[in-house]
Amino acid sequence: MDLERFLVLSAIIFSIGLYGALSRRNIITVLMSLELMFTAVILAAVAMSRFVVTKQVAIDPGSMTEPTLNTLLTGQIFALFIIVVAAAEIALGLGIVIAFYRSRESVDISHANLMNR
Amino acid sequence: MVFQEVIFWSLSVSGIIAALGVVLLRDIFRAVLLLVVVFLTLAGQFFFLAAEFVGVVQILIYAGAISILIIFAIMLTQNVQQGNLPNRLHIPAVLMPSLLLSALIFVIFNTNWNLIDGLHNGLGVDIVNNVFDDTTFRLSKLLLQDYALAFFAAGLLLLASIIGALSLVRENKNGS
Repeated sequence: MDLERFLVLSAIIFSIGLYGALSRRNIITVLMSLELMFTAVILAAVAMSRFVVTKQVAIDPGSMTEPTLNTLLTGQIFALFIIVVAAAEIALGLGIVIAFYRSRESVDISHANLMNR
Repeated sequence: MVFQEVIFWSLSVSGIIAALGVVLLRDIFRAVLLLVVVFLTLAGQFFFLAAEFVGVVQILIYAGAISILIIFAIMLTQNVQQGNLPNRLHIPAVLMPSLLLSALIFVIFNTNWNLIDGLHNGLGVDIVNNVFDDTTFRLSKLLLQDYALAFFAAGLLLLASIIGALSLVRENKNGS
């Protein structure tokens, strides 16, 4: 278990999500691709938190005492907050999709080209 | 160790194939089900990374709540049969992610990471590795002490997004 394989997996899933977000016409698929990118970033953050330490710690590991040891888990805290923001984003995004479908009878992203009705 | 390797590789390969299926499949409903598979395999990776709590939260929120939301949205928009068509930007849409992927892989393998395993003459390795024995306990302290303000702000954000989504989706009684 080393760092690089997790980061490469995260990069591959992020690229797949970016491809989906750029190339698809259905708004719901674009939102799903956004979710793929979010989870890829979460994986990178958690992997970093597990394997990488700051330069200061790398020079002097003895300086880590009990309360500062918790800062090694900052990546996981970031992952939790990214999950919360992604949940808020998908709820609002799907609300917008449904409102858009009511006014245009379509979920095609190329129909979303006017600010007014 | 061999057992862990087998689990890791099967999770990774099935995750990548399912992620490809999410963006390439014509049927949106099947794409959502494959999205759940991606979330579950990534939750499995979190258990390898000593992040049990994040893995469980991932299963609860992503595989549980978000996929159900997306399924509801697909059913309400009744556009499943038309499917998941590509748009006209096909060449740049392939080019950009592949460029990004090659750049990321180059950076990943050429950066000099300050790895925990390579800590200075091995002095603090045990101390640091002990942190990852019980991450849920330490996460609770971080979340409710150091990051308490962000924790409450996250609750407020969720409330605001729920109210916003409700007011967007509500039928307009006055017509128009």
